[in-house]
Amino acid sequence: MTTTLKTSGLRPQNFKSATQEPVWLRYTLIAVVLLVLSVLLYAPLIAVFVEALDDGIIMAIESLGNRDAQEAIKLTLIIAAIAVPANALFGIAAAWAITKFDWRGKAFLITLIDLPFSVSPVVAGLCLILLFGANSMVGGWLVANGYPIIFAVPGIVLATMFITFPFVARELIPVMTEQGRSEEEAALTLGASGWRAFFTVTLPNIRWALLYGVLLCNARAMGEFGAVAVVSGKIRGQTATMPIMIEMLYNEYMSVAAFSMAALLAVLALVTLMLKSALEWRYADQLAASHRH
Amino acid sequence: MGVMITMLSLVVILPIGTLILRGAQIGFADLWAVIGRERTFNALALSFRAALIAAVFNLFFGLALAWVLVRYRFPGKRILDASVDLPFALPTAVAGIALTTIYAPNGAFGAPMMDWFGLKIAYTELGIWIALIFVGLPFVVRTVQPVIEEIDREVEEASATLGASRARTFQKVILPMLMPALLTGFALALARSVGEYGSVIFIAGNLPNLTEIAPLLIVIRLEEFDYDGAIAIALAMLAISFVMLLVINLIQVWSRRRMGAA
Repeated sequence: MTTTLKTSGLRPQNFKSATQEPVWLRYTLIAVVLLVLSVLLYAPLIAVFVEALDDGIIMAIESLGNRDAQEAIKLTLIIAAIAVPANALFGIAAAWAITKFDWRGKAFLITLIDLPFSVSPVVAGLCLILLFGANSMVGGWLVANGYPIIFAVPGIVLATMFITFPFVARELIPVMTEQGRSEEEAALTLGASGWRAFFTVTLPNIRWALLYGVLLCNARAMGEFGAVAVVSGKIRGQTATMPIMIEMLYNEYMSVAAFSMAALLAVLALVTLMLKSALEWRYADQLAASHRH
Repeated sequence: MGVMITMLSLVVILPIGTLILRGAQIGFADLWAVIGRERTFNALALSFRAALIAAVFNLFFGLALAWVLVRYRFPGKRILDASVDLPFALPTAVAGIALTTIYAPNGAFGAPMMDWFGLKIAYTELGIWIALIFVGLPFVVRTVQPVIEEIDREVEEASATLGASRARTFQKVILPMLMPALLTGFALALARSVGEYGSVIFIAGNLPNLTEIAPLLIVIRLEEFDYDGAIAIALAMLAISFVMLLVINLIQVWSRRRMGAA
């Protein structure tokens, strides 16, 4: 690319590069891509903020100060604060076991970890209701003893964990496979305990990949709708997370309130994208290969 | 290791196992009877048809987008690249209400479409396609992009020196190299779209037999306490997704073998 640019002054008038598309095709492709992305991605994003500010910024902020809205925001933060660390812990444990040891059934386990990606969130919610609902054996016992799971916070946590289960593990497995085992083995030979080897050798090696996975996991956890909608019972002020609140407000034609809440989540999404891109540019060599740009 | 197995079984295996167990208790004949009902059948058919259409669109568009991102230079490319992941980061409910607002008959894009072409997008199947295209957009791009980056330009030069046109080089040299990645991205987008709920229900209109998707029907059955009905639809979705992914996997194996196990 750079060489063709440098030598462009020497090109004959009708020069055609053998490994590039004709100019008209290049510009058409770029135009089509920009058009489709504007119509599909950028317009909805802008619409969220336009609708939220429809009655001015003061109304938008006031709608977020409402007690039910505050409870929803708090609940979403609590859910993420439980589900994300739990899945991060699982992701590290899974990636560690899969990449640093040899055992049978590894491939099968990876398939199981990926399973939530191909299960509908609604089906995930249904599964939890069947397992923990008041009519089931386990759920009936738990409800009788005062620990309801479905239509309560634990159910929402479980649903969120199910949906975001693979995120951290998926990110760490390729990175840790690439890094191999020699550094840990060296640490162990030099007399470090397993834990010490993990904290002083493995963890520093995977920290950026871990952060990357946690970032994506968090975005999805805070925004999860389908699975949570099924298990939450949608009790305002109690089991309504931010996305559930958006649905309820939207269906009640409270447009400004719904879009203000949506704008808050959209800002979260934008911040996530920015941090993610920053990580990709800065630490590309320490992230999974598929993200290298 | 113990932590991992415990969590995996508690969070993933146990719930899905319960679903399959409950399905087995109901029995195949009864499940089949539920799936055969007109409303259920139409919802399932709609979910898979719309997901397939959206995934095919994303297959072609994703390839074009990945190609543009790797091979061309233009201002704002980095931002464009970063924004491709927006559907991953933006909560589905937010995407749902935003798309509905724009494509509704009185919306920014919906109104001109209605006035000029008499085309109604939101509250029709067309709206469902739009939502599913949105949701599945990043998959093909992100699987194909790294493969395009890896392509050795010398292969393309060799093809050109041997007299192949650019179109022929693309078709005979580049496309076969991208095929496995394209199929992977297609499969991921398809799997995601089939089960998608949040972004679709706002724009769909949700008319039984016409714009009612399978996940929504599961929710409706649950609200009616018709658990057997919900289980039947869920199992049908799992089974069809499984078969589709299996077929795509087989095609992938076949295309790899045809490439000479590259």
